Amino acid sequence: MNTDTKNIKKLTINQSLELDCGKTIKDFSLAYETYGTLNKNKNNAILVFHALTGDQFVTNINPITKREGWWSFAVGPGKAIDTNKYFVICANVLGGCMGTFGPKEINPKTNKIFATTFPVITIRDIVKAQKFLLDLLGIKKLLAVAGGSMGGMQVLQFVSLYPDMAHSAIPIACSASHSAQNIALNELGRQAIMADPNWKKENSIPNKGLAVARMAAHITYLSKQGLQEKFGRKLQDKGSLKFSFDADFQIESYLRYQGAAFVDRFDANSYLYITRAMDYFDLEKQFNGNLSLAFKKVKSKFCIISFSSDWLYPTIENKEIVIALNACGANVGFVEINSDKGHDSFLLNVPDFLKTLSEFISSTYNEINNEKRI
Amino acid sequence: MKKEFKVIAQIIQNNKRVLDVGCGDGTLMDYLKKNQKNDVRGLEPKKDLVQKCISKGLSVIEGDAEKELIQFPKKSFDYVVLSQTLQAFLYPEEVLNQLLRIGNQTIVSIPNFGFWKVRFHLLFKGTMPVTKNLPNEWYNTPNLHMCTIKDFVNFCNKKNIKIDKSMCLTNEKISEITKRNMQYKNIFSQLGIFLIQ
Repeated sequence: MNTDTKNIKKLTINQSLELDCGKTIKDFSLAYETYGTLNKNKNNAILVFHALTGDQFVTNINPITKREGWWSFAVGPGKAIDTNKYFVICANVLGGCMGTFGPKEINPKTNKIFATTFPVITIRDIVKAQKFLLDLLGIKKLLAVAGGSMGGMQVLQFVSLYPDMAHSAIPIACSASHSAQNIALNELGRQAIMADPNWKKENSIPNKGLAVARMAAHITYLSKQGLQEKFGRKLQDKGSLKFSFDADFQIESYLRYQGAAFVDRFDANSYLYITRAMDYFDLEKQFNGNLSLAFKKVKSKFCIISFSSDWLYPTIENKEIVIALNACGANVGFVEINSDKGHDSFLLNVPDFLKTLSEFISSTYNEINNEKRI
Repeated sequence: MKKEFKVIAQIIQNNKRVLDVGCGDGTLMDYLKKNQKNDVRGLEPKKDLVQKCISKGLSVIEGDAEKELIQFPKKSFDYVVLSQTLQAFLYPEEVLNQLLRIGNQTIVSIPNFGFWKVRFHLLFKGTMPVTKNLPNEWYNTPNLHMCTIKDFVNFCNKKNIKIDKSMCLTNEKISEITKRNMQYKNIFSQLGIFLIQ
């Protein structure tokens, strides 16, 4: 990865943060971006959490990668999360590689990049770090916390840690504890990176390993039906099979492209650390095996959304969160959206999803403004 | 809002917790929330209706009552409402037991199969009744377990379910069902509404 992150918004967190691994970090940087304007009452702020390979550049053109922000379909002026109306905040996660303190930073003690000497971080650490950002921005209560996939895990962790801080919570296509299948898939990616001879070498980048990790992961973000419909057995720029190991099929070429494009914008060690944080996420275990206890004090109104063709974070795992919330009498709505786009549905133009998201947020916003008037 | 919902809303006291099972597009929930300050939740199997409810700011869970009710703790709601859906379940008795477990009180409404038009239809036409309240043909009806007002009352008595209120609807007119007028109401009412526990 080769990106210049000098020109992005960053805060230095002067307070110390005790990580779950036992180490404490202090004076660390947190890169973030905001969209829209915080209103006078400071009640229109939405904290968006990004997923594994996302960053703080939720929408518009990402100034570093020059590509559309990862949630451009959902966030922007006039969109579901309307930046004309709401103030959207997103921070690059701890351990990330878009300006926040992560393994590609220089360790001042050794003058070398941290790489795998960086402390192992958890979803709870990631969320706690973002709370500092809210404090510095002077936001006491958010209109909503929202995110898909690993972003959804952060939503769950956030409301559990700060039960009074969000009017509403929107965990999308996620799980309260990472499944064996998902740990296995993450391990596959990590092993691909570690198997790259460049990984251990100083000043060299394990591009091949990281690309393979991305290719494997990318398959898990799509559905079988979606892949079949988009690619089938179509050949790439050729009339017949070439009896070689070139990319004969369009799907092969597509995956290779996805892998190659990814290494330009992502750090291999960040990939190791963030996937580890996801694997370690087990909210149920944090509360001695009773997920309901995680939400006992939470006042937020929940809207949980899953997608019919998502096999990475299937509906059944999302429903476990619903069940836990119901068991403690929380305020929860849940819907599974029909889509053949797999786990990636939350990032794509899925009208039923975007409509639900938009109207849930605006109904919450109207409710809190009406309460004020009474 | 239809008369049946007005009757149900009148039974429900303000500021209480309500679960609407099979809440549809959330009309009753919305009314209870806005006008009676009830803390309402819904359960609805149809995705498009769930989306409608969530859009209105109503907390509705997509799911089938026969599978989902089990997750709600004992007596976690003041009222559980089941409007004209009991007859559509595979195991209505089990659903009813769940409702009674979850709610301090349960409001159940049933389309009355003892209504004279229904009887008339079967008696004289000799075909399965199709009426305003039961608009489907036998081959596409979701209704698996039709019953009459009398059947429902007998059932409650047999199972020691206490009936706190029994009302009926005839052409939008509401009246009370008593022991004395039961035979009559069972013929002339389209709908029975019961508050049970």
